[in-house]
Amino acid sequence: MDTAIQEKVHSTFPRLNQPAPTFEVETTHGTLRLEDFQGSWVILFSHPADFTPVCTTEFVAFAQIAPELKRRGVELLGLSIDSTYSHIAWVRNIEKNFDVKIPFPIIADLNKDVATLYGMVMPGESKTETSRCVFVIDPKGLIRAMIYYPLTTGRNTQEILRLIDALQTSDKHSVATPANWKPGEKVIVPPPKTTEEAEIRMTAGYETPDWYFSKKSL
Amino acid sequence: MACINSTGEINDMARKILAAITQPASLEQVALLSGTPLYRIRSGVRELLQAGLVEQKDQLYLATAAGFAAHSKPVSNNPAASPAK
Repeated sequence: MDTAIQEKVHSTFPRLNQPAPTFEVETTHGTLRLEDFQGSWVILFSHPADFTPVCTTEFVAFAQIAPELKRRGVELLGLSIDSTYSHIAWVRNIEKNFDVKIPFPIIADLNKDVATLYGMVMPGESKTETSRCVFVIDPKGLIRAMIYYPLTTGRNTQEILRLIDALQTSDKHSVATPANWKPGEKVIVPPPKTTEEAEIRMTAGYETPDWYFSKKSL
Repeated sequence: MACINSTGEINDMARKILAAITQPASLEQVALLSGTPLYRIRSGVRELLQAGLVEQKDQLYLATAAGFAAHSKPVSNNPAASPAK
């Protein structure tokens, strides 16, 4: 690829199935590098600002799914353009007011290094805050999913859990998952690529309404 | 710094790590022994390596003499504090 185009691509948003941009950052758990998480799934998520109401509800919700994520080999990593001191004060405030301990590190991205690298600032919304972004990074360090929500709208952490289940199921069984899929439901077998495979598919024992559309139980 | 403050004192995380590597151990073993997420062990060991409190041989890690000494020192009242601003 032409160098100028390459630079343009890298200066915009990360891409699915591309390596997640690396970083070394100060967090509420000390200095961390992205490579420290190698071998684990990571949910890197940004919030607009500490001590704001929607973000507080989100942090409580993320803390509540943290044990479920841990069981799935997923680490959470928060981020906002605030200082470590602000993060510490907010985390303590959440524990005091909501009786919820925040178990994951939060990046203090005061100079917007990571926010810029991942395209977390949406100038149309705010030039000084990160939007509600979620990056799912797999154990090999590839970006596998991205979600962007506006400042006004808190994220659905159950959907994030569902997304992790779907990605891990796809990886384990080489299948896809249909709309609104939940663990235990039938999955989609990739469509055949040749007429011969299509012929075989019709008699392969799957639930097959048509040659391109096959479902099976795991 | 997550493990060592500006005066060179170590905190609880460093103590946990040093306690787990009195014998050579892999980072995964340290995480398991200390009940700490692997990412924190990687970050903590990196810091202890830089401070000369841990040495690495192949993929195994061991506390150095300085590491043993730091681990044996009494706990400070001001574990990982930064200088006042």
